[in-house]
Amino acid sequence: MEIPKSFLGYKRENGRAGTRNHVIILPVDDISNACAEAVANNIKGTIALPHSYGRLQFGADLELHFRTMIGTGCNPNVAAVIVIGIEPKWTKKIVDGIAKTGKPVEGFHIERTGDIGTTMKASKKAQEFVMWASEKQREECPLSDLWISVKCGESDTTSGLAANPTVGNLMDKLEPLGVHLCFGETSELTGAEKVCATRGATKEASEKFIKTWSSYNDFILKEATDDLSESQPTAGNIAGGLTTIEEKAFGNFQKIGNCKFIDVLEPAEEPTKGKGLYFMDTSSAAAECVTLQAAAGFNIHLFPTGQGNIVGNPIEPVVKLTANPLTVKGMGEHIDCDVSKILSREMNLSEAGDELIKTTLRVANGRLTCAEALGHREFVMTKLYRSA
Amino acid sequence: MATDIIIHDKKDNVGVVVIEKITPKQDCACWIMEDDSSTNIQSVDEIPLGHKIAMVDLKEGDTILKYGHDIGKVVKSIKKGEHVHVHNVKTKKW
Repeated sequence: MEIPKSFLGYKRENGRAGTRNHVIILPVDDISNACAEAVANNIKGTIALPHSYGRLQFGADLELHFRTMIGTGCNPNVAAVIVIGIEPKWTKKIVDGIAKTGKPVEGFHIERTGDIGTTMKASKKAQEFVMWASEKQREECPLSDLWISVKCGESDTTSGLAANPTVGNLMDKLEPLGVHLCFGETSELTGAEKVCATRGATKEASEKFIKTWSSYNDFILKEATDDLSESQPTAGNIAGGLTTIEEKAFGNFQKIGNCKFIDVLEPAEEPTKGKGLYFMDTSSAAAECVTLQAAAGFNIHLFPTGQGNIVGNPIEPVVKLTANPLTVKGMGEHIDCDVSKILSREMNLSEAGDELIKTTLRVANGRLTCAEALGHREFVMTKLYRSA
Repeated sequence: MATDIIIHDKKDNVGVVVIEKITPKQDCACWIMEDDSSTNIQSVDEIPLGHKIAMVDLKEGDTILKYGHDIGKVVKSIKKGEHVHVHNVKTKKW
């Protein structure tokens, strides 16, 4: 198949391109959710991103909070941002971080004004932003403007046999065309960590990966009360035939095809070494991982599933694929790309990779994903430790 | 010919059922992805889609190989054609 050289995206002030044109209402903290949701309810076409944190965090955990908030606002799928926090200082810090992209952003704080007054002021600005954004047109953008993140979920053995290798095949075909790629799931590489380390493009990248994996594994060993059975693999994984974390890890690892990763990113860290594949240190929980990848600037997500994970994200479209014919049959409304014919050998891996490229480009051009149509907007902050 | 079981790597001692289920004493057609070769096995147990079948006799302490890699250890002996899962295989991690 000849791969198209471009897609239709929204060009942003900083040179990036979006596959979506969202105006978001971003609460800085948990207690500003109500106001943010009131604004989104008032002004049609905006979306609020409620979450559970943002108070009394400190150190690396607070830095991650800011990085995720600012990164989410900076994502090219976002046209403009309203930031609402309880107090002015942290609100301003997030506004200033997002403003560096050149996109419209304005902050509001609730103290001394209250929810109702803040909702009124923020709603007026949100209306202005959404009407401005609604005039933006999709334009032809080079394929290299795609930043593709991947994560699998509710995996079973069909994931490792077919759905994950399909993503790997797409990576092998798109990497030479200059796209950015990102995989994560630190804990779910356990068992395959040594093999994964050999896929660093440089000695530095390999060493950084092993350091990151070891630190995660030490934490898991410290906190685990048993052998993590029922968490890794999950009950869904086991029902689907996966027996051990090692088996899950080798299946997971098929997603990167033959690509080598050029760097290891902190959670929600924006890649800065140019095109190519990156590994990001993330949890293996679907919504947490996708939220971090979206905050790092990735503008379209590929999500292979076995038993049928249904996750979505408010700003980064999540494309689902599966090779499990029972999942296609039972919950087809969640599946954007069906590659189950690989198992019956009516389709080979390269044909499946081509199908996934076609689906990815249709979604990049504006087709809603199943998760978007079904209203999946899971926005889940990663918290590193207890608050002060 | 229809494929009932797919094996990732020729070193693997387990295969994955890719039809809705296989029944006991079913003669199954296996396809080895790595070198596009074929083999056969007769099942002992009923095994559902996505679950693994032992391609050889395995004894306690043996290593299960899938993708050509170590994915865990046998904790209860397994006969060729039997179901391989959490009841007879455990992780070597954690």
